[in-house]
Amino acid sequence: MAVTTARAGSGAAGSDVHVLGIRHHGPGSARAVLTALEELEPDAVLIEGPPEADTLTGLVGAVEPPVALLAYHPDDPATSAFWPLATFSPEWQALRYAHDHDTAVRFCDLPAGVTLAERRADHTPGTEDENGQPEAPEDPADRAARRARLDPLAVLAEAAGYDDAERWWDDVVEQRDDGEPSPFPAITEAMAAVRTELAPEPDEREARREAHMRQTIRAALKEGYERLAVICGAWHAPALSDPKTNAHAKTATADRALLRGLSKVKTNVTWVPWTHGRLSTASGYRAGVTAPGWYHHLFTAPDRPIHRWLTDTARVLRDEDQPVSSAHVIEAVRLAETLATVRGRPLAGLSEVAEATSAVLCEGEESRAQLAHRRMVVGERLGAVPEDTPMVPLQRDLAATQRALRFKPEALSKRITLDLRTERQRDRSVLLHRLRLIGVNWGVPARDQVRSRGTFRESWQVQWAPELDVAVIEASRWGTTVAGAATARARDLAASAELPTLTDLTERCLLAELTDALPEVLDAVARRAAADRDVTHLMGALPPLARSSRYGDVRGTDAEALRTVADELLRRVCSGLAPAVANLDDDAATTMTGLVDAVHTAAHLLGADAERRWLDTLDTLAAREVVPGLVAGRAHRILHDSGRVDSATVRRRLGLAVSRAGDPAHAAAWLEGFLSGSGMILAHDHELLAVVDTWLTGLSDGAFTAVLPLLRRTFGAFASPERRSIGEVVARPRPAEDTGQPHTGPGIDTRRAAPAMTTVAAIIGG
Amino acid sequence: MTAATPLASSTTEALRPHAEQTYAAEIEALAKADDRQRPPGWQLSPWAVAQYLLGGQAADGTEITPKYIGARRVVEVAVSTLATDRALLLIGVPGTAKTWLSEHLAAAISGDSTLLVQGTAGTAEEAIRYSWNYARLLAEGPSEEALVPSPIMTAMGRGSVARVEELTRMPSDVQDALITVLSEKTLPVAELGTEAQAQRGFNLIATANDRDRGVNDLSSALRRRFNTVVLPVPDSAEDEVDIVSRRVEQLGRSLDLPRVPESITEIRRVVTVFRELRSGVTEDGQTKVKSPSGTLSTAEAISVVTNGIALAAHFGDGRLSPGDVASGIRGAVVQDRVSDGVVWDEYLETVVRERAEWRDLYRACREVGA
Repeated sequence: MAVTTARAGSGAAGSDVHVLGIRHHGPGSARAVLTALEELEPDAVLIEGPPEADTLTGLVGAVEPPVALLAYHPDDPATSAFWPLATFSPEWQALRYAHDHDTAVRFCDLPAGVTLAERRADHTPGTEDENGQPEAPEDPADRAARRARLDPLAVLAEAAGYDDAERWWDDVVEQRDDGEPSPFPAITEAMAAVRTELAPEPDEREARREAHMRQTIRAALKEGYERLAVICGAWHAPALSDPKTNAHAKTATADRALLRGLSKVKTNVTWVPWTHGRLSTASGYRAGVTAPGWYHHLFTAPDRPIHRWLTDTARVLRDEDQPVSSAHVIEAVRLAETLATVRGRPLAGLSEVAEATSAVLCEGEESRAQLAHRRMVVGERLGAVPEDTPMVPLQRDLAATQRALRFKPEALSKRITLDLRTERQRDRSVLLHRLRLIGVNWGVPARDQVRSRGTFRESWQVQWAPELDVAVIEASRWGTTVAGAATARARDLAASAELPTLTDLTERCLLAELTDALPEVLDAVARRAAADRDVTHLMGALPPLARSSRYGDVRGTDAEALRTVADELLRRVCSGLAPAVANLDDDAATTMTGLVDAVHTAAHLLGADAERRWLDTLDTLAAREVVPGLVAGRAHRILHDSGRVDSATVRRRLGLAVSRAGDPAHAAAWLEGFLSGSGMILAHDHELLAVVDTWLTGLSDGAFTAVLPLLRRTFGAFASPERRSIGEVVARPRPAEDTGQPHTGPGIDTRRAAPAMTTVAAIIGG
Repeated sequence: MTAATPLASSTTEALRPHAEQTYAAEIEALAKADDRQRPPGWQLSPWAVAQYLLGGQAADGTEITPKYIGARRVVEVAVSTLATDRALLLIGVPGTAKTWLSEHLAAAISGDSTLLVQGTAGTAEEAIRYSWNYARLLAEGPSEEALVPSPIMTAMGRGSVARVEELTRMPSDVQDALITVLSEKTLPVAELGTEAQAQRGFNLIATANDRDRGVNDLSSALRRRFNTVVLPVPDSAEDEVDIVSRRVEQLGRSLDLPRVPESITEIRRVVTVFRELRSGVTEDGQTKVKSPSGTLSTAEAISVVTNGIALAAHFGDGRLSPGDVASGIRGAVVQDRVSDGVVWDEYLETVVRERAEWRDLYRACREVGA
C-alpha cells in the first residue's frame, strides 16, 4: 500500500518528498512515523534539528535515550542549546530507523551556530525548548499563537474537546483501520488551516528556519536522493510542501535571500544523557511533556497498555509494602475501562488509570495513590552515551574517575554517607569536593541526621542533572582533569578573594586534597592578613582555618603549615583586638561578640599556647571602660568559664558594671553578654544572682522600663528549664547573709517582697 | 409485607419525599432520551446517571438540576464502579454529601432509594441477612412465608441497589456479614436449606466516615470488596456557598417555610466562619485560628441557615439577619462547653471583630454568648 503524503515538487522530476508533521515527544506520532517510514522506504531522512549534529548520527546505535543533543560555544560553554530526545520521540525513532536501515540522515533546522550567535547578541541566558527558541518574556496576546506553534496538535485536540493531545491522537489517528491512508497529509492540511488562522506570516526567525529546511530538502535532492522523508514539527509541515500548492511554502530564490548574511558562531555538538524528570513539565521545562513515564509506557508496551500499566503500579505499591492483589488489578482495569466508556472515550487514558489506582489499588488513600502515580508518570530514567561520543577532556577524565571509583551518576536524588577512613569512599568525597569547587554540584553536602562528632563521616545529597554536563564543559577551561581544573580554579580564586573567603577556600582545598594549590592559598592568606587592617576580617578568617587544621589528622595532609598560618593570624587578632573593640555602637558590638565567641572556639582548637595568648588578651581587655557592655560581659563569661577569673572577681566586675553611677543600658548589655548562651550560672552562683537582684530592684522606674526589653531578650533566650530553676532560686527564701543585710525579723516579709518577686518572675518567666 | 398498613402514606404529605419521587420528572426525561447501553437491571445508562447527578439538560429540554456539586470525577468513578458490579464505598468527613450521593445514585440506577440499612452500634446481623416472623415460625415451623427479608435481601431479589449507611458504626462482626453477599452474590438461608441469589442489577452502596469517634474500622477482607471514593470537602468557598444556598432553598420549600428573601451575604458569612474554623486559618491565609472539636460540615452550615430562616420567618422581621444565625453558629461550633468556648471566643475577638463589615454579626454573637 502506497502512502500518500504531502509532496513538495521543488526537486527534479520523479523525486518524492514526504513531509511527516509530528508532535514532539508524542508516542503516537512516533509510531505513525515508524509505520510511514517502513512503507515509504526513503533513501534519505531529514529531521528537524541542528545540522552540526549530522556527524553524531553514527553514534545513534550506541546511545541510550533519553538523551539530548547539546550544542555549545567552545569558548563560552554557558551559551548552549539542547534538543532532548526520548525513546518515544518521533525524531528519535526516525534516527533509529535511518541507523538500522543504513539510510542517509540529515538535520535540517537552522544551524545551532546561528541560534547561539543570536543568543550571544541578545545576552538573554535562558533555558531552551526543543526548537532552540530562546526564552523571552511574551505578552498574553501572543501566547495562543505561540502555544499553537509549540504544540499545534494539542490545540487541535483541545478544539475537539480533549484534554490530552495524546488521547486525541490515539482516537483520531491511531485507531484507524488498516488500509486507511497515512495521517500525515491530513495533518499538513489541518496545520495549513491553523496557520492561516493564527499566524499567516511567520516571524522572521520562523521564516528563516523554514527556509533552511526547504534549502536542505533541495540540497538533498540535488545530491541525488530520490525518496525523502522529512520529519518536522506539525506546525512546519505546510511550509515544507510544494510552494505551488501551498501558500505557506516559498521558492528557492526567496529562501536564499532570507538566509543571506546570517551570523554564526563556532559550535561544538555532542550527545549528553538526559532524564525523564527534565522532560516533564513538572520541573519547569517549558516545551516538555506532562507524563514522560506514561508516554514511554504507551510507546514501549507491545499491547494492552492499561493492563500493563496497572500491573506495574501494583508492583510499585507492593514494593512499598502495600498489600495489592491481582484481584485488585483486575478490578482496577475494569473500572478504568468503564470510566472511559462513561466519559465517551474509546480507550482509557492517564486520568482513568489514575482514578482506578486511587479507588481500587489504594482503597481511597489519595496520598499513597499520588506517590505511586508520580513515580510511574515521571519515572526517573537517565540516558547514556557511548564512550566515543565527542567529549571535552575534562568530561573523559570525570567519566574515567567515576568508573574507577564505581560511582555512577544517577538521576534519582539520593543521600549517601561516606566513611572517610576507607580509601575509595574518601576518594569519592574528594571527587565531590573538587567538582563543587569547579561549579559542578553533583553532590551537595547534607546535614547529617546521625551527626557524629568525628570528622570521618560525610553526608552528601547526590543527583546527576543533565545541566551538569554543561557545567563540566564550562569548567573545562580550568583544566583537562578534575584535579587540575580544581587546582587552577582554587589558585584563581585565591588571587582575588578577600580574607574570610580565602580561609574558607583553604578548608575547601583541604577537603578536595588539592595539595598543589594549598601552599599558594595559604601564602595568599598570610599576605592578605598582613595587609588587612580590619581585625574583624582576621577574626572571621580564623575559625575555618583552625577547623581545617583538624582535618590533617583524618586526611593525612600536612597540617603544620596550616597551623603556622592560623597561629600567626591569631597573633594579629590578639594585638589588634583592643583598639577594635573600643567605642562600638550596638550593632557592631553584637557582631564583635559573635566574632569573639568564634575566635575563642578557634583558639581552643589551635592548642594550649594559642588559647593562653587569647585569654591573656581578653583579660586585659575585659576591665577597660571603653569596651561596650556586651563585649565586656562576654569576655568575662569566657574568662570565667575557662577558669581565668574567679567568681569573686566576676561579682566585683559585675557590681562595678551595674553600679548606680553607670548607665543602666550599659549594665543590661553587660548582663546580656555575660549570660548569653546559658543562664545556669545564675542558678548555681547565688551571690551573683544577689548582685543582679540588688541592681534590678534598685533601679528607678524610668530606668527599669528602659532596660526591660534588653533583659527580656537575655532571659527569654534561655531554655525553659533554666528559667524555671532560676525562678525557683529567686522564689526560695534566701539566707540573710547572702543579701549582705542584717537579719531583721523571723523571716522574709513576703508581703513586702511580693512586688519585687512579681517583677523578677515577669522578667525571667518569659 | 407490602399490604397497605396504617404506616403507608401518600407522597405529597411526606415530610421528606424520596429522591426518586422528588425528581421523578427528571429521571423520566432522561430515560426517554437515553439510547445508550444500559447495564442489566439499570433503568438508565451510566452516562445518563452521571448526567442526572451532575445536572444539565435532557434531550427534551427538561432542566436537570445538579445533585452533586463538586468534582466531576467523583461522580464518574462512582457510577463506573457500580456499572462494573463492584460495591461502592463512599468515605468522607461528616456532611460531605455521602448519604445524599448514595440516595441519588440508587434512585437513578434502580428507581428505588428505600432499600436502606442504617448502621448503628446496635445494628444486628438480622438487619443485613433476614429475620423471622416469630408467630408464623412457631405456628408453621421454618418456611419461606415466615422469613422476613432484610432490605439487602430484597434488593438481591429485585436486582436493585441496596444502601448501607454509616457502615463503620456497625459492630465488626455485623459488617463482615456483607462479605458473602459481595463476593458470592448470594445469601444462604441455612434454616430452609436454600439461598437467595442476587439478580442482575444488584449492587451495594455503603457510606462511612473517617472522622467521628466510635467507629469500627472495616476488616481488610471487606474493604477489598469495595471500590473506595473519598468525597472531598468543597474546594472553594464559592462552591460551598452554592451548595448551602441550593439546599436551603429546597429544604425551605419542603418544610413550607414562609419565603424569606435569599440572604446570600448571610450564607456567605456562615460558610466563611465554618471554613475558617475547619481549616484553622482565615480565608486570606493571614491569621491562624484554633479548630473546635466539632466537624463543622457543610451539612451543619445548611442546618444553621435553615434554622435561621425559620427563626426569621416566625419570630423575626422576615429577613435573615445576623441575630438569626448567631445562636446556630455558636451551637454548631461549641460542642464542648469549655474548650470549644475558648476557641469560639478567640475567633470572635481576633477575626470577626476585626472585619468592619462583620460588626453586626460580632454584636449578635456576643449577645448570644452573654
